[in-house]
Amino acid sequence: MFTKKESVSDELKLARASGKTTVFEAKSGWRFIDFHELWEYRDLFYFLIWRNIKVRYAQSVLGVGWAIIQPVFSMIVFTIVFGKLAKIGSEGVPYAIFSYAALVPWTYFSNALTQSGASLVGASGMISKVYFPRLIIPMSPVLDKLVDFGISLILLVGLMIWFKIAPTIWVLTLPLLILLMMLTAAGLGMWLTALAVQYRDVNYGMKFAVQLLMYASPVVYPASLVPGQYRLLFGINPMAGVIEGFRAALIGTRPMPWDLIAVGSVTALVVAVSGAFYFRRTERIFADVV
Amino acid sequence: MSDIAVRVENVSKRYRIGMKNEMHDSFVGAMVDFVKGPLTNLKRLRKLSSFDQHSDDCDDIIWALRDVSFEVKRGEVVGIIGNNGSGKSTLLKIISRVTEPTKGRGETNGRVGSLLEVGTGFHPELTGRENIYLNGAVLGMKKMEIAHKFDAIVDFSGVEKFIDTPVKRYSSGMYVRLAFAVAAHLEPEILLVDEVLAVGDAAFQKKCLGKMGDVAKDGRTVLFVSHNMGAISRLCDRSLLLHRGGLVKDGPSIEAVSEYLEANTKIKQTFSQLADDSLPFSLMDAEVFSEGKKGNNSFPRHKAITVRMRYKVARKMSSVHVYSNIITADGTVVLGTGDADVDQSKFGPRKPGVYVCQYQIPGNMLNEGDYTVSISIGVPYQRNFQENHGILAFTVMDIEPVEKFVHRRRAGVVWLNIPWDYLNGNPFS
Repeated sequence: MFTKKESVSDELKLARASGKTTVFEAKSGWRFIDFHELWEYRDLFYFLIWRNIKVRYAQSVLGVGWAIIQPVFSMIVFTIVFGKLAKIGSEGVPYAIFSYAALVPWTYFSNALTQSGASLVGASGMISKVYFPRLIIPMSPVLDKLVDFGISLILLVGLMIWFKIAPTIWVLTLPLLILLMMLTAAGLGMWLTALAVQYRDVNYGMKFAVQLLMYASPVVYPASLVPGQYRLLFGINPMAGVIEGFRAALIGTRPMPWDLIAVGSVTALVVAVSGAFYFRRTERIFADVV
Repeated sequence: MSDIAVRVENVSKRYRIGMKNEMHDSFVGAMVDFVKGPLTNLKRLRKLSSFDQHSDDCDDIIWALRDVSFEVKRGEVVGIIGNNGSGKSTLLKIISRVTEPTKGRGETNGRVGSLLEVGTGFHPELTGRENIYLNGAVLGMKKMEIAHKFDAIVDFSGVEKFIDTPVKRYSSGMYVRLAFAVAAHLEPEILLVDEVLAVGDAAFQKKCLGKMGDVAKDGRTVLFVSHNMGAISRLCDRSLLLHRGGLVKDGPSIEAVSEYLEANTKIKQTFSQLADDSLPFSLMDAEVFSEGKKGNNSFPRHKAITVRMRYKVARKMSSVHVYSNIITADGTVVLGTGDADVDQSKFGPRKPGVYVCQYQIPGNMLNEGDYTVSISIGVPYQRNFQENHGILAFTVMDIEPVEKFVHRRRAGVVWLNIPWDYLNGNPFS
């Protein structure tokens, strides 16, 4: 009834025979991320990221075109509403590129956060049947949205050429800003997705909250509009530093906002570390509750 | 390397069934409650995190498993039996680390795989090829390993032609075959099978059992949860009997199975109800038994099975009969028989009174499996006064010890000893 399988190669045999001991037990207390285990499951991580990317554009006419439609149309609407009608200052560059430079990181952040927050509930089938490090689930959107981010970033380069705007030397800090942006999305994502397993309304409130958060970030306006005494308070939102940093690096409207980035990095770190602990503490009940 | 494949030490698992009410599905609700009653919250939270003896008695707590300990040696095939809710599936979930035990610990030596995860992680938009990789990774295979087994998996599934088609266009049969092919090639050292959860048709279930046999022949370890006592006693030397979360028997399958059957024998071996005098005819009680096997409703295949019933005629009436169906676990009616089938004169008027009647199914006719009996009373093809569905149940077992894994349950609902004749000489001499 079962076809005899071809002989397995020696290395595979070795891999199987290594049969390491796995312990299951009642654990208590706080645990941090088990990076070693995550590394063990890197292939699953890779396939999940790849699945998310592939599925997002399956059976769609525009395919990856959707990656730029959201920021481009937001840019057009913002340019008309905030640039032309409300006449919000754009620090000497065309409002279109001023807002698009902010929309590139913001679109990544809002999409990664929304998807990450909803990810565990969406993966309930897998969670209740198979063991794997649960952290992979909310972390996949944080990574796979980078593809969309990259595509919209290329368009930003196109716009810079079109408007004849040269990047500043601070363009070298871009990787750091991207890292901060990912850390923020990951930290909040871990919190929200773990909460959403128990409280489904987290998912309902999330989209709305993300929209509000956009107005707390300097997407449609420059951070220079914020009164000086509130500037550091404003910077508690890590995306404020990221967005102003993007502008400083790419269109050079202002010097690098190190104060915002410093405050934002502290917030992002606190959120990420606490999120990781909270996630790991609650993950033991995911399969029972989800 | 130790020769213990699975070790479970004092494992308990509790669920809070009251959680839905207590913990609130909505964040707002939880917040309101938090503002309203911090004191009750405090008590509740302390109760949830403390493990004093009294917490056992709480209404909202279920101990799905209580202090279960056992060891399984490498290469053993162990059955896990018990009623619904006895903790079988929870035990498998803990061993596969899907959920953590509340108390206790345990360990597994070697890769754990299960046939209850068939198709987990499949995405309808992805092609067969892509799903093989994704599903393989979900089950814990490395990319290299999947690539190596890819051809064998495709070959086994029989969907080569559609391997680059999104699986949403697959028929459900193709889908299940592909999903099973991936799971079957995981080649775990420890295989967990939960037949209760296994989806799919009878052929697929058979395939699951067949795969189990193969795995066991390879000297790997199998934990097999099933309600099919025939399969348990055939495949497993040893069985664990769980009752309400506790391990009540750990020993040879024959003993565990008979203990289980004895405990369940009162269920549906007999049936009784009050006569319904508003009806002209009504059933009062019924029982199913086999020669020499009173008090137990699992019968050896070669024994005749008797269904006996008592009914009441309240008003004189004619053209009525008592009718009974034997039905398999998947709903197929094996046979239907009425008390006037052979003797049409029984369609004449019946006088009021209480009557006992019975019919017998010959031995060596029903195949191994679970059957239910329904009894109805009425006018043939017109109306039934009373329909009593599934009021009796019995199991037909093949109790002869046959060569394991070679003999499997024959297909079909009937089992007949049919001799074959050769007409042009004998190929065996």
